[in-house]
Amino acid sequence: MNPAGFSEQVHRAWAIAKKDIRIYYLKGPVLIFGVFMPVALFLAFFMGSRQLPLSFLISGLVGMTLFFTATAVSPAIFPWEGQAKTLERLASCPVTVETIVFGDMIASTLFGIGITIITVIIGLALGLSLLHGITLLAIILLAACCFSAIGMLLAVPPTNVPSNIMMLSSLIKFPLVFISGIFVPLEQMPFWGLVLSVCSPLTYFTDLVRYSFTGDHFFPVVIDIAALAVFTLVFTVGTMFLHKKTMPKRM
Amino acid sequence: MTAIIQASNLTKVFGKSTAVDHISFDVQKGEIFGFLGPNGAGKTTTTRMLTGVIPPDAGTATILGHDIQSEPVQAKQRFGVVPETSNAYTDLSAWQNLMLMGELYGLPRTRAEERSSDLLGMVELLEKKDQKVQAYSKGMKQRLILAMALIHEPELLFLDEPTSGLDVQSTQMILSLLRDLNRQGTTIFLTTHNMEEANRLCHRVAIIRCGKMAAIDAPEKLKVAIDRVHKIEVSFAREIPADALAGLTGVIGANRTGDKWQVTTENRDATIRSLVTFSQQNSTAIVTLNTLAPSLDDAFLRLTCEAQP
Repeated sequence: MNPAGFSEQVHRAWAIAKKDIRIYYLKGPVLIFGVFMPVALFLAFFMGSRQLPLSFLISGLVGMTLFFTATAVSPAIFPWEGQAKTLERLASCPVTVETIVFGDMIASTLFGIGITIITVIIGLALGLSLLHGITLLAIILLAACCFSAIGMLLAVPPTNVPSNIMMLSSLIKFPLVFISGIFVPLEQMPFWGLVLSVCSPLTYFTDLVRYSFTGDHFFPVVIDIAALAVFTLVFTVGTMFLHKKTMPKRM
Repeated sequence: MTAIIQASNLTKVFGKSTAVDHISFDVQKGEIFGFLGPNGAGKTTTTRMLTGVIPPDAGTATILGHDIQSEPVQAKQRFGVVPETSNAYTDLSAWQNLMLMGELYGLPRTRAEERSSDLLGMVELLEKKDQKVQAYSKGMKQRLILAMALIHEPELLFLDEPTSGLDVQSTQMILSLLRDLNRQGTTIFLTTHNMEEANRLCHRVAIIRCGKMAAIDAPEKLKVAIDRVHKIEVSFAREIPADALAGLTGVIGANRTGDKWQVTTENRDATIRSLVTFSQQNSTAIVTLNTLAPSLDDAFLRLTCEAQP
């Protein structure tokens, strides 16, 4: 057995993911918040903006759900573990920083997918038809990875005070929702809004969800998928690189 | 002897303060190596550098033949760590913590279960294996941490103040386990400021002060090295005149304290031989004979005060 080998490290990342799910995700408040937050935002816009079709808002709801759930807990795991000194335990184990980050990402990806599937079922229950089911599943998986990487990226500042990270996280996450074509269709956005929206990975995901439900899309599907893939790659590599730099400062 | 730990010019700087300043030492296979120093001396920082938790700013550390900077995973696979602060996952049970460690060290599930049962039995936590760690006492947590560090049968064990603040029962259990492990071949690197613990347990100790190495030797050698003049306490079966002892080879002075004589000497070996010869020549038995060496506490205080800037 080569402990530093790729397959061995992936196996150990899975152990970290299981630990995260058990400790941080399978908690009543986390699960409730994961569903409650996007549903509350959805209802607010559904009731206040009657001219938008349900299919548009449901697509936004799916986008928001995945984005909020995949980034809900992951930014706080490093500060929590730093505070509890369990991060030092992990750091002294035969796992790389990349493995620890990857393990955290797997947990938040699975959590995001699980809750998002519920939202998709809500959409179907409300009478929406799913035109491109395989595409939807594939992009949920890709976007969950992307948003998990964003969540881990938010945890890069080496503070062990979770509230500091959560504040930073909210400051970045909420504005992103408003520039990603969730509540305002991309077609109706001003030029500056469109420029901002192309910088958000959530834009491409929401566009693809809309395509899966209605067949309509703003960007070509290939562009949407390619953009999401590039964001995922850049954020994953970036978060691993940056955590390697900052992790010793948490000890 | 094979060096298990080779630290060379290890240095760590935090801002303007140099926590560890170019320290070098080796730990041999099968040793219990004590790393002593007052609070803030750089003990924990050194341990963290050796265990790959933080990188050194200068110098190198080779653990079991692997550079901790370039081959951290290979090195960590072969040692276990018991940190100063208990860091088991309190939301998990003892069993879940051990199984997690088993997975992180790449143990097959059946082997991890076998080891977990054995270790929980050894640290007397088997009955509470399914209880969440948050309900454990400090001693129980520390015993669990030791079990977690041993899950993969490491060749080297790092312990940072393992008995600090523990009750007598847990302390004795941990020390006894460490002796047993060492007897079975595990090399132990023990960070402590408990002199008695180091004195009873360690083959060699290093004393660090203000990030610099003040001394490194066997505890007994350290104790005698700090005092050029030694004291020997002796009592005889019958009365002895004072001038009779003062004239013996190696003796500088002799003072009576109760029914005993306290003899001052620069050469303990020669003086003990003289005292034995004296008792034979004067047909009087030696009732007690004690060498009053300074304690490791004395050595520690002397060395750390001398090294004080």
